[in-house]
Parts: sequence; C-alpha cells; structure tokens
Amino acid sequence: MAIWLDENSKIIVQGMTGAEGTKHTRRMVASGAQVVGGVNAKKAGEEVDGIPVFASVAEAMAQTGANVSVLFVPPRFTKDAVDEAVDAGMPLAVVITEGVPVHDTAKFFQYAQNAGTTRIIGPNCPGIISPGKSNAGIIPADITKAGRIGLVSKSGTLTYQMMYELRDIGFSTCVGIGGDPIIGTTHIDCLAAFQEDPETDAIVMIGEIGGDAEERAAAFIKDNVTKPVVGYVAGFTAPEGKTMGHAGAIVSGSAGTAAAKQEALEAVGVKVGKTPSATAALMREIMTR
Amino acid sequence: MDLYEYQAKHLFDSHGVPVTAGEVCSTPDAAHEAARKIGSAVVVKAQVKTGGRGKAGGVKLADTPADAQAKAEQILGLDIKGHIVHKVLVTAASDIAEEYYVSFLLDRANRAFLAMASVEGGMDIEEVAATKPEALARIRVDALEGCTEAKAREIADAAGFPEAVKDQVVAILQQLWTVLVEEDATLVEVNPLILDPEGTVLALDGKVTLDGNAHYRHASHQDFVDRDNTDPIELRAQEFDLNYVKLHGEVGIVGNGAGLVMSTLDVVAYAGEEFGGVKPANFLDIGGGASAEVMANGLDIVLNDPEVKACFVNVFGGITACDAVANGILQALVMLEGKGVELTKPIVARIDGNNAVEGRRILTEANHPLIELVETMDDAARRVAQLAAGK
Repeated sequence: MAIWLDENSKIIVQGMTGAEGTKHTRRMVASGAQVVGGVNAKKAGEEVDGIPVFASVAEAMAQTGANVSVLFVPPRFTKDAVDEAVDAGMPLAVVITEGVPVHDTAKFFQYAQNAGTTRIIGPNCPGIISPGKSNAGIIPADITKAGRIGLVSKSGTLTYQMMYELRDIGFSTCVGIGGDPIIGTTHIDCLAAFQEDPETDAIVMIGEIGGDAEERAAAFIKDNVTKPVVGYVAGFTAPEGKTMGHAGAIVSGSAGTAAAKQEALEAVGVKVGKTPSATAALMREIMTR
Repeated sequence: MDLYEYQAKHLFDSHGVPVTAGEVCSTPDAAHEAARKIGSAVVVKAQVKTGGRGKAGGVKLADTPADAQAKAEQILGLDIKGHIVHKVLVTAASDIAEEYYVSFLLDRANRAFLAMASVEGGMDIEEVAATKPEALARIRVDALEGCTEAKAREIADAAGFPEAVKDQVVAILQQLWTVLVEEDATLVEVNPLILDPEGTVLALDGKVTLDGNAHYRHASHQDFVDRDNTDPIELRAQEFDLNYVKLHGEVGIVGNGAGLVMSTLDVVAYAGEEFGGVKPANFLDIGGGASAEVMANGLDIVLNDPEVKACFVNVFGGITACDAVANGILQALVMLEGKGVELTKPIVARIDGNNAVEGRRILTEANHPLIELVETMDDAARRVAQLAAGK
C-alpha cells in the first residue's frame, strides 16, 4: 500500500534532459523506481539512458501509462509545466524546483484545484519515497529499509536524518512537503492518508517556524488521527522577521513561532521531541513496545 | 523583503494609487529643502521597518521649513525598537476626516490571497482583529480570478464603506491588487487610508513585502535593497550566494538543509544553557551539494565573525556522500589557508548519513589540529558549546 506511491507507479520526469533532471532520473532508476519517460518539447524523440523523451506530458501519459510526474523545471518555467501536467490529468505532480515565485505557485495550485485531477507535492521539496517500492524525487533511497512508520516533513535534510535514525525499523512512505509558503500537499493531507493506510502504524511529523500548518495539523489530529503521532519542530532560536533558508520559514510578529507549534501539538497528545534524536527515540519506543 | 514606507508609496504611485507627495531625506538640510518645495505644513516621518514609530516620537508635524529641519534633526538617529532612523519622509500634512484600513496578503492556510478592509483604520489592525473582529472584513481572493471590480465592490461592501467614497475605494483596491500581482508582493497594506475634508481618498502610509523568489523578474527591486542597514557579514555572505542570517552568539554554524540548520541552532542553544548561555552565532545553509568550494566560502564567513569562538559543521550526507563532505572540509581549510586566512578557532564536525564511516575515517586520519569529530548531533552541540565557553 504505502501512500500515493508504490511499486506500480510509473514516473515521468519533466526536465529530465537538464543536468539535475538527468542526475536524479538515474538515481531514481538505480533505486528501482519505474521511470518510463521524460518530457521536453525540443528534445522529443531522444533518449536518456534508454528512457524516451516525449514532446508533452499528455503524449508521455498516452504512450507509457505514467501516473506520476517529477518536475526539475527551472523556476521561471515551473508554473507552465505544472499547468501542463494538470491539463493532461496527471494524478500526482512532484515539484522539486526551489525558488518558484509564490504568485506562480498560488496560480498553479488553484489551477489544479479547479481541475480536480492532480495532487501536487511541493514545490521546493525533496519528493516522496515508499522504500523498497518506488521513489519520486531526490530522497536518497539507501538510507532506510521499508517498514511501518509514515513520515511527513517540511525539511529535506531533517527527513533524511529521521529516516536514518529509524532505519532499522523502516518506513512505509516518507513525504517531503517542502518549505514554501504555499505547498500543494500539507501535513494534514499526509496525516489523513497515513491514518487510512493499513501499512502505516505510526507517524512522525516534522515542522518548522512560519505559518500555522502545524497548529492546524494538531487540530486535525485531535479529531481524525488514532495512530500514534510523534512531532518535531525546528526553529526555536529563529529571530522574528528573518527568513531561515526556506521561503516559508519566517516568524512574523508573534505568529509562526516554534513554541506555539509545539504547544498546539502537545495539547492534543502528540509527543514532541526536543531534538531530532530525542524525537526518533520517542518513535522507537512506540514501535518497539 | 519588507519595504520602507517611501518605497511602498513609490510603488503605489507607479500603479496609480493616490498618495501624498513627499520626499525622502537623510539630512535635516534636505528636510528643510523638501518642506520648502512642498510649501505647506509637512509631516516628518521616520523610515523604519517596524510599527509604533508615532508613539516612539518618530512622526512629527512641522509648520515651516525651519521647523521641518529641526524635527528631522530630532528624528534622524533615533532608535525605534532597535531600528536606527537613517532616513525621514517629508510629506504634505493632510487634514483627516476619516481613517480606513485596506490590505491584500498571501493567505498561507487557504493557499490563496486574502483582502482585509475596515472603516476603523489608523490603529493597530491586529488589535482591531482581536477586540472587534466584526469591524474587519476578510474576503478570499482567488489567485486566478484576481481582484475584479465586482470583487473589490464585495470587499468595500463587506467593510461597510460609505456610498460617497465607495467608487474611490473600489478603484484603489483594484490598483493595490495590481501592485500585489505585478510587483510579486506577498503583502500590500495601507493603514491608514484616509478621507480628506475635500472628499478625496488617499494612502497616508504604506507597507509592502516583496517575494524574494521573484526578484529575477524585477531588476528594479534591487534598488530597494537597504545596504546601509544590512549586517556587513550578511552582505558578504550574499556575495558568495550563501543562505546566511547573522545572530548574536559564540558558536558559528555551518550545515546543509534549512531544516537541519534551524534544528542545529536549537540544539546548540539547549547545550549552551549548560555553559553559561552560549548561543549560535548564525544560520548558514550551504545546501544539499556541499562542494569543497561552498564549504570553504561558508567557513570563511563564519570563522571571520569576531563573535564566533568555535564552529560547528553539521552535515547529513544525503545526495552527497560523507566521504566527499569530509574531503570538502579538509580542502576548504587548505583553500582558506591559501587565501591567507589565519585559522585558530576550533571546529567540531558531525557528519552522518550516506557513507558516514568512510567520511569519519578520512577526518580521523587527517588528524587536523583544529577539527574535532563527534559522532552524534547532540554530543557535538554539547562539545562545541563547551569549546565556545572556553571550558
């Protein structure tokens, strides 16, 4: 099962012929993911390591039956590329690209909402992996084995860190939802999917300063999630008004602080670790008792 | 990037939003000249990126050019909540009949935009929202549909603007939406939007936040960068294209990935509590790739911060394997020595993840006198805090 991505997922890469696209296509293939095509209107008919390049997402889908697209398209072209995937009815679009203007993201997210056909993950995210089954994005596939923990995180490297700390227990699916102010898939979407997934027993949720996604996730957990959830929040020492690496990671006035997020999560019974290692230890306790 | 009032009004003016004429000045003499040109009573307003400047004595009325000069003298150099006033805006004094509030902002929770409007402007809008929420209209604006005339009218109606000013407000709302979209802003706020005794509605103040991700399509936004008030180390980091934020502490931080670096700051601050309150000195994310050159630039910035007593390199090898990271750290130190940088501050390194065993072997065998390898993030944070405290 896992969520959204499994051994039957057929992946195309928008931007496969670029340097990053080619590099990560090779990594996805090496990890056992089924990458069935790439898209680049100017290089249609060519191949990358034997993988065919198509002129459009619609053509790639028609020829290969692809149901996931991973985007390594530069920021200035990302909106059009996502819109194209939505127009083709692509079920899942994973937008790795960092630095997309937020007005563009707001527009392609609304476009996908109106069409109702496409789940977007990202932008500015490492993607999604169901270890041992498939891998759509840049998450290293050799960190952890498959298992029964679900992971959702705004941060790429903290995702890797957590996967590594709990690699002997293993994960069903890990989703890097990204650190931008507007993202296609939220903590809540992942919590809901993990709650429904028979192959997931417990959930790690990693948040960071900025916005109120973690507070809203806490309210969702209270009413909808019966599986154990362990949390971690980064950015307690972040000063007000400074963007900390991720475009969305900013404390504005008294809003978006790590303390408020931790408090909201603990108020609904989520155990929150003080450090990534302490968080992993909390999850280990749940999975080994 | 937050803009100053005078910059926000410049953008307003270029998109047709009515504003009072004014001139930005950095000296009392310039304020005298600006007031003389305006030829009526003026307001001298401190240009700072924080609220509450009126209460702090940063906004003063002046009747004559000489008075404007004197008021500018008082305001320039003021410290308003830690922001030093380097510039004042000298603008024609307006008689005010009514004060309103209007804004457009990115609504992260709903992944759309939000218009807010109230006929009770002039005061802190967060206070209005908290104490009198019914006085603040909140209307969702669809990113694809935008603020059409019908939407602007819906906003003006919801806020209860009087009929006599509604057409003006509807026009201003559409112009402000144009500022938001065409300038790639995430916030456009006017507080107060005023009605003068002649019945004209105009923006008396302005607040704009621009999206840094969109700078590539706005070359002119470079002019808004405030180099005078940016930390010199941050400016240097920008030249290296590094994601750096200066904080005040003793432990320099170099890490990969925004989340991991934020987490590193927290873990160092916790560990620092054991050693007399040692704190992280900066945020620095060198990104996923972490090549030797980027590592060298990062260490160069961090080790040259006079506040830094010890440095913590915290890398999780994901895409880049740890052996490459270890070699990168060693090469970085060689590059810095080659540039004549005197290396004296201890560096605690924690590398974990892909090929960690080999990476650690490389650092251990190199036996560099300044580098200390610690296996876990928590232990490394404790050790670097101890070193920074001189214990």
